[in-house]
Amino acid sequence: MPAVQETIDRVRSIDLDQYKYGFETTIEMEKSEKGISEDVVRFISAKKNEPEWLLEWRLDAYRRWLTMKEPEWARVSYDKVDYNDIYYYAAPKRPAAMSLDEIDPEILKTYEKLGIPLREVEVLEGIAPERRVAVDAVFDSVSVATTFKKELEKAGVIFMPISEAVREHPELVKKYLCSVVPATDNFFATLNTAVFSDGSFVYIPPGVRCPMELSTYFRINERDTGQFERTLIIADKGSYVSYLEGCTAPKRDDNQLHAAVVELVALDDAEIKYSTVQNWYPGDNDGKGGIYNFVTKRGDCRGDRSKISWTQVETGSAITWKYPSCILRGDDSRGEFYSIAVSNGMQQVDSGTKMIHLGKNTTSRIISKGISAGRSQNTYRGLVSAHKKAKGARNFTNCDSLLIGDQCGAHTVPYIESKNASAVFEHEATTSKISEDQKFYCLQRGLSEEEATALIVNGFVRDVLQQLPMEFAVEAQKLISISLEGSVG
Amino acid sequence: MAEVKNLRTGAETGLSALFESGRKSFAAEEAIGREEAFKFFEATGLPSRRVEAFKYTDLRAAITDAAPPAEAPSAEAARTAVAVAKGFATIEAARLTFVNGHLVRALSDLSGLPEGVTVTPINDAMGKGDARLKRLAPVEQARENAIYQLNTAFLADGVLIGVTAGAKPDLPLHMRFVNTGSEPFSTATRVLVDLADGAELSVLESHEGPDGLTYQPNDALDVHIGKGSVFRHSRTNTEGSAAVALSTISVKLDDEAELETVAVVTGAVLSRHQIFLNIAGENTKVVVNGAAMLRDGQLADSTLLADHAAVGGVGREQFKTVIDGNATGVFQGKIIVRQAAQQTDGKMKSDCLLLTDEGQMMNKPELEIFADDVACGHGATCGAPDEDLLFYLMARGLPRPLAQSLLVQAFLGEAIETVTHEGAREALIGEIDAWLHARG
Amino acid sequence: MLEIKNLVVQIEDNRILNGLNLTVKDGEVAAIMGPNGSGKSTLSYVIAGKEDYEVLEGEILLDGQNVLEMAPDERAAAGVFLAFQYPLEIPGVGTMTFLKACLNAQRKARGEAELSTPDFIRAVNGAADKLEINKEMLKRALNVGFSGGEKKRMEILQMALLQPKFCVLDETDSGLDIDALRIVSEGVNALRAEGRSFLVITHYQRLLNHIVPDVVHVMSKGQIVKSGGKELALELEASGYAEYRTGEAA
Repeated sequence: MPAVQETIDRVRSIDLDQYKYGFETTIEMEKSEKGISEDVVRFISAKKNEPEWLLEWRLDAYRRWLTMKEPEWARVSYDKVDYNDIYYYAAPKRPAAMSLDEIDPEILKTYEKLGIPLREVEVLEGIAPERRVAVDAVFDSVSVATTFKKELEKAGVIFMPISEAVREHPELVKKYLCSVVPATDNFFATLNTAVFSDGSFVYIPPGVRCPMELSTYFRINERDTGQFERTLIIADKGSYVSYLEGCTAPKRDDNQLHAAVVELVALDDAEIKYSTVQNWYPGDNDGKGGIYNFVTKRGDCRGDRSKISWTQVETGSAITWKYPSCILRGDDSRGEFYSIAVSNGMQQVDSGTKMIHLGKNTTSRIISKGISAGRSQNTYRGLVSAHKKAKGARNFTNCDSLLIGDQCGAHTVPYIESKNASAVFEHEATTSKISEDQKFYCLQRGLSEEEATALIVNGFVRDVLQQLPMEFAVEAQKLISISLEGSVG
Repeated sequence: MAEVKNLRTGAETGLSALFESGRKSFAAEEAIGREEAFKFFEATGLPSRRVEAFKYTDLRAAITDAAPPAEAPSAEAARTAVAVAKGFATIEAARLTFVNGHLVRALSDLSGLPEGVTVTPINDAMGKGDARLKRLAPVEQARENAIYQLNTAFLADGVLIGVTAGAKPDLPLHMRFVNTGSEPFSTATRVLVDLADGAELSVLESHEGPDGLTYQPNDALDVHIGKGSVFRHSRTNTEGSAAVALSTISVKLDDEAELETVAVVTGAVLSRHQIFLNIAGENTKVVVNGAAMLRDGQLADSTLLADHAAVGGVGREQFKTVIDGNATGVFQGKIIVRQAAQQTDGKMKSDCLLLTDEGQMMNKPELEIFADDVACGHGATCGAPDEDLLFYLMARGLPRPLAQSLLVQAFLGEAIETVTHEGAREALIGEIDAWLHARG
Repeated sequence: MLEIKNLVVQIEDNRILNGLNLTVKDGEVAAIMGPNGSGKSTLSYVIAGKEDYEVLEGEILLDGQNVLEMAPDERAAAGVFLAFQYPLEIPGVGTMTFLKACLNAQRKARGEAELSTPDFIRAVNGAADKLEINKEMLKRALNVGFSGGEKKRMEILQMALLQPKFCVLDETDSGLDIDALRIVSEGVNALRAEGRSFLVITHYQRLLNHIVPDVVHVMSKGQIVKSGGKELALELEASGYAEYRTGEAA
């Protein structure tokens, strides 16, 4: 028998309005004029005091974007976005803060509500947990605070809003920006290149192990705004960095667009670990509102023996269109993708990864766990390819899907392309429901059905949760439970 | 928004011209929807790699010339063409022989078939407006497919095979398709098999032709398997080295129906074998296997769609590809499980052995699941033969080529061991041996 | 029979054998004992000709002929047999098909006529009976779904069938219960003969209670460090390998 009727009914009845990050903050904002035009692009560039070359890049991207078509191959359907009905720039009116005390207290309060510790002083005084995470917080279009800046500087680590990096480290930005995701890459990435407002920039010098986790917290607050942040992380030879990203947005009836671009570059022997917990507002039970999350994330293992690892927990957004990928260019480089995608209500997820093996003896590993409930559709889409020169390439892929209730869908669309006899690819995928035997075993030991389901789901996603830093894993586990509330304890 | 329409290729305009000029001679087109099929083709053209279902097999690029439909061969040419019997042709069976896509009655022998089996040439059936023609194209997705629609548009010959309730002929029915000639040509044949309830039929299908001759066979097999009936089918493609061979099987299964089909490919420069399953009945069982052995310059595409629309279907699909030299293997498999198809148990696997560095394999195994009480999975592997296994065999005294052959045989054998008809199974193993032998 | 001179072998830059010297006489049963990581299994693979090992120096002479120049199958035809520590499973290859292919390939390489099918079946059945191998096992794919003990017995069956000159038993006792150990040992003992030598690689003395060696060699860090009679095995059982580990990194 499919998931017990009671469970299905509970899932159906979940009110996604319980989204606990759905509050709104009232702050005075400065915005660009509504819609997109060369003037708006110039306005954004001017606001950021950008050099001429970057304005030119933006304008080239904008002109290119005008000729492009929105992609239609993903298994998602939605009302098309009116790109002229969006604000492309929104910033708190107060001037950029030099210290935390200068940040609008309303914003600080927002981040406190979200549980994001911007006040490093608390951490230093031992009030907050001792694990230290440097945070760059992006509120609508601008970065509002970067913590632990001094301590990072001591280690030689550059961690700052990308708008600042453009001014302070133009040589690095110019060298690496758009080098992984070209300005012409795809419709959303090109749009981002034209109008990106802020985001984080990280540079880890050769041989440095970043002394703490780096983190960015994204918040969309303002109505009718799109968020187009840009993240660029460069791990120079032999360095290591772990980077965390979290996202929330208020509840609104209309859809909001989030079209970010993340570029990672790992040089020889460097390692980047990028973890995301994505909890944008998913819309209500009938599919009204919610974030359109159209994100391009790509890592370039440019150096020999480099490694890039993506871990994502996707619980939010009305629509997710996202394929964090690795280009395995350096010999002996390694790419990893660990994903949990939970969909409920009317959510649509089309997510996966690409592992492009170019170098010799490159290895990759893909573990994807999809959980569909409610009336949602959840698709894994992935590409693994080995080029002629990628001698000895190895890939292992495992995609499992779990269906809770009979109104949802789980789909798997892998492309596996091998142009090399010495490449060994293994792919396996399964789709199933929660095993009645396992559930019965738990019930017999005294667990309620909800508890049993939660336990089994946790077991199902365990391999991926283990990849997350500890606090993130705990948060992610809670989020998964909330997302599935009604079917999970 | 204004769509920029692709310029039509020479082959596309050529096909249109051939259709227009052949129209007069086509019989009773409304019975099979020939005009609609051609309109479909006119609208879509030959599929290029931009069409997702043809991502790895670009027919627009591969078919550069429209080859004219083949004429019926002379009695003597037909006799010469079938003179050498091998493979399925050596098995005791009722036999239908087609030469260049035309049924040659003089070379066919149906005397071994019992009363419950009827065979009607499709041209006779079209002339009489046979009601069974409406059963053509039992699977929706086949009707949206350019290859199948081209077959309908140019349909030249074929047969309707009826098996009455409870009939279970002992002998298999062998359909032998032989191609011959010196000038390019195309063929379009259609076989319709209709099994009433509780019936059984084994069909062997072989396709052969001379090396070097440019020809384009396009054949379709439409099958309806009635309640509790069993259809077994083995197919070999040993087409000539320059053939572009397109084929489609579309099958509708009623309650408790069983299907067993296997296709072995060694021939043609480009081949695409499509299998569309409409699993409409409950508690059905399907075994779909394929084995392709490819050498320099060849491309073989196996495309499968298993659409489960009813409860309790069991599906086992296994495809094996061995690539020697600069050849390309393609497997696209999709299992759809509709909401009503609870308790579907579907497993699909595609494995590839690359014997040399130049080969490539494209795998796209898909699952599309809308029912929650299912156990579905797919797997795909690709790589060179396992060195540890080779070493073990060599340490026992087998020279490397022999050790490799043994592993290849075992690898492909898994796709063939499910064939129920012993003679057919042995003939298929013979194809593998012949390929390995020619490899040296 | 077998003479190994100054054998130096490495795998991926790790030197495993460091100038190993070893002689096994005609008809002799030699045991090699030694701690984990001393290079015992490497030695067996190098004798059989596994590719991953790089021989930097030295030679392995079988009746005066250097086998290092030969491919694994040529060595097998020349009479080298390795009973694998972990026999491989080969799905789809029937056990009988495999045995027949091996036997005939070796006969062919030696210029002998192929064995007729009845003779072949008789030979397999005879060997299977002695090793208490169920006939049903012979109908299955090679080693697929066999227990550890069944796989080891299948190795000895192959040895009996192929009649090699020089047999290497790589930890054949691992994973065997007492009954299986007895059956396997009896199988090996039955094959002891004038023109056939054995190299028995093991950690433990217990196998050597069943297959009594003529000489015992102790291996450590890629060399033979001590040789003696069968009593050496008993000494080792009592004292352990500690003295042969000295100098290793902790």
